[in-house]
Amino acid sequence: MKDLYLVYKNLTRKKMRLFLTTFAIFIAFLIFGAIMALRGALNSGVEMSADNRLVVVHKTNFTNPLPYSYVNKTQAIEGVKQVTHANWFGGYYQEPANQVVTFAVEPESYLAVYPELVIEPEQRKAWLNNQASILVGERIALANGWKVGDRIPLSSNIFSHKDGGQTWDFVIEGIFKGAEQKTDTSYLLFHYKYFKETQSWGGDSIGWLILTTEDASMNETVAKAIDNNFANSNAETDTSTEQAFNKAFIEQIGNIGLIIFGVVFMAFFTILIVVGNTMVLAIRERTAEIAVLKTLGFASIRIFKMVLIESCLLAFLGGLLGLGGAYLLIQGASENLARFLPNLVLDQNILLQALGYMLLLGLITGIAPAISALKLNIITAFNRG
Amino acid sequence: MSNQNLFELNQVAKRFTKGKETISIFQDLNMQIKEGDFLAIMGPSGSGKTTLLNLLGGVDQPTEGQITFDGQRIDNLSESQLAKWRANNIGFIFQFYNLMPMLNAARNVELPLLLTNLSRSERQKQVKVALELVGLSDRADHMPSEMSGGQQQRVAIARAVVSDPKFLLCDEPTGDLDRQTADEILQTLQLLNEEFGKTIVMVTHDPSAAKFAKQTVHLNKGEFVTAEELPA
Repeated sequence: MKDLYLVYKNLTRKKMRLFLTTFAIFIAFLIFGAIMALRGALNSGVEMSADNRLVVVHKTNFTNPLPYSYVNKTQAIEGVKQVTHANWFGGYYQEPANQVVTFAVEPESYLAVYPELVIEPEQRKAWLNNQASILVGERIALANGWKVGDRIPLSSNIFSHKDGGQTWDFVIEGIFKGAEQKTDTSYLLFHYKYFKETQSWGGDSIGWLILTTEDASMNETVAKAIDNNFANSNAETDTSTEQAFNKAFIEQIGNIGLIIFGVVFMAFFTILIVVGNTMVLAIRERTAEIAVLKTLGFASIRIFKMVLIESCLLAFLGGLLGLGGAYLLIQGASENLARFLPNLVLDQNILLQALGYMLLLGLITGIAPAISALKLNIITAFNRG
Repeated sequence: MSNQNLFELNQVAKRFTKGKETISIFQDLNMQIKEGDFLAIMGPSGSGKTTLLNLLGGVDQPTEGQITFDGQRIDNLSESQLAKWRANNIGFIFQFYNLMPMLNAARNVELPLLLTNLSRSERQKQVKVALELVGLSDRADHMPSEMSGGQQQRVAIARAVVSDPKFLLCDEPTGDLDRQTADEILQTLQLLNEEFGKTIVMVTHDPSAAKFAKQTVHLNKGEFVTAEELPA
């Protein structure tokens, strides 16, 4: 503790150098925080997938519909616990630009397959009993200022209403929350039966099936059995785990992992060189001072620690500021991108990872100058001076 | 001055290897420094003055021979033991002051006390006393760059004595100062020797500075000689 003042004074002795180095680290951790939050948002669907949940889509393209009869046929397959289905509604609220993710579902089975959707019992009952009602996710309700009892018009950019037009009127009977912070609550659910009865075209078809297996170990067997069951039919299926399905969906954008690795690697590599070089120069400039400290009786190992503490402090100073910047950036962006990236947050894992990288950065950039300070010979240093 | 030897050098040799060549600085050097002495070491460049000072200060080790300080051998101590020994027993005063530029006078003087178990308030008290001793209590908050050479050297003296060591080593302490300031510094050293009983060894080129010491020895080519034996 007694040496901290000395470390602090050394760190702040050249204000411009401190500012520039801190700024470089700030940028690196701003990028790290923002990119990791983006990755987390993109992967949240993958992370939150249940182990025993499978998704069945049309083999040709997942946007192609499946016959409704597949629901019962799939339920009959050994190892299948519960089947439900969903249709993409293509909804928007008031303006086409204001898209809201909306699914037409079979309410009871859907809630059974997705136990992470938490609803007040009265609201659940009200939604199940009222076909023309809608269940709204907490996040999207907050974003639009909706509450239970509100009437909202939802339009579809795909389907038409039997009565003409493309708008359906719904009453909000319930708002569901997520069992975990990362559970997606940025979408709406309404009755498939109501959808089928009120749409002008689309027939007796469903978008895709979601099912749970008796046990995750049966996933592969069940998936094969489903696909074999519908092989050589007009609508062959492709069954995969929910996790694999979500991952494949995200990777349509590109190899997110590789892109993120590339960006973060470049940022940190540059920082390593910049900060490492700064630390080496800073310690070299202080050769005579280190020799004086050693002459006064400061042990070499103590000076070694002081240099390492200094480089770590520098890394934490820039790093924490960068994370703070990333937090503000993410806060601002998450409000605007809530519909597309509902889980854009700087979570605890990112913070812990960033703290680990700060420590690593401090140690790596400080180790060479610390060793050179450790080994510095007093006589050689004074002769050099 | 007491009759007890504070330092004893017995058959000390110091050799350096430079490439394939071995350079001998001292061979069979013997020396005693009495407690309370104020000794000036003079000699031409390359005579071994600085090497001797390094050996006495425990920043260098002899190739052969024994060095005893206050009855304890220091020639066989490890680097970390020597660092501790220096912190406990030696005060260093350098030609170019060697103050930390980012610390004010008080913080510079406090440095050796960071190696003790004293509390912050106890350290501050000792720093105050040391700065008063060198007449710089009003400059405690000044940075080295805001002080003259003489003031900086007085801060360096305060730093050397703040932990109350028995022995002060001065390497050309007035080499960078004008005559009047140099005399003030030397009077301070005299005071430390006479009033506070500090044993002082001072390396100097300056005969006027050597006059402030109780005795002067001359080194030439690694051997003690009389003044008359020095090369002209």
